[in-house]
Amino acid sequence: MPTIVVEVMPKAELLDPAGKAVAGALARLGHSSFTNVRIGKRFELTVDGPVTDAVLADAQKIAEEILSNQVIEDVTSVVEVK
Amino acid sequence: MRIGVITFPGSLDDHDALRAIRLVGAEPVALWHGEHDLHGVDAIVLPGGFSYGDYLRCGAIASHSPIMAEVVQAANGGMPVLGICNGFQMLVEAHLLPGGLIRNDHGHFIRRDQVLRVENNTTAWTNDFALNEEIVIPLKNGEGGYIANEETLKELEGEGRVAFRYVGMNPNGSLNDIAGITNARGNVVGLMPHPEHAVEPGFGPNTSQRMRSGVDGLKFFTSVLEGVLA
Repeated sequence: MPTIVVEVMPKAELLDPAGKAVAGALARLGHSSFTNVRIGKRFELTVDGPVTDAVLADAQKIAEEILSNQVIEDVTSVVEVK
Repeated sequence: MRIGVITFPGSLDDHDALRAIRLVGAEPVALWHGEHDLHGVDAIVLPGGFSYGDYLRCGAIASHSPIMAEVVQAANGGMPVLGICNGFQMLVEAHLLPGGLIRNDHGHFIRRDQVLRVENNTTAWTNDFALNEEIVIPLKNGEGGYIANEETLKELEGEGRVAFRYVGMNPNGSLNDIAGITNARGNVVGLMPHPEHAVEPGFGPNTSQRMRSGVDGLKFFTSVLEGVLA
């Protein structure tokens, strides 16, 4: 089945406490090459039928209106994955 | 007066809110998220809890519940709506209030008896308080950090729409120490702390007089009572 992948990230200017906690853990474990971690979300939308422009536009719309909250997050990607 | 409390899957404090409403002499009405029916109530409380397990975002899925269509319509028509904690998160997700709530800046869930200052006593839910009255009610959240863009913050501050501000300490990294806000009309109010947990001696926060005797949450409910009767 065709799949559309939507990726959502917390806005860059906002603190990401979950990412910060992971970054702290990595530092404690000695992985000193990584200075920062940000955690986002990946949604895989399985599509019934071909991914037309209309379906992709619908995915973009729900990505912006439901899957993300534009006050605190940005949609960074809406793509069909084959 | 009839005040409805909507139960969503994962609501926790709906019964506390219903009890608070009964204690001030109003009629509590249990409402269900899956209905398109407010059962003729005069005011609505969106209770605390973890609706839908906080999946997607806190309050996000609940904000699209069937009954929320009626809630948004009633709120826009001027009906008093109070969102407590998860209910506040639903109100911002439903765009009835501006801004958003993110994970506490320190990364921990926090539970404490919290001092707040009432900075707007003209809303449907705060008119029984004195201006700048300091109250103590319980706070308990993991994602209570209030954020908004600069423009929104300026608007909220400029229009006196910061209804409650944290005093003494900021428990979650909220911008400008904001604990709760109101819409421009003053009928929709949301806050992270829990007034419904400070309504009955023996079960509230400690006070200087006696353990667990704090009942500062009562005035939220007496406020709306007087507003609707007036």
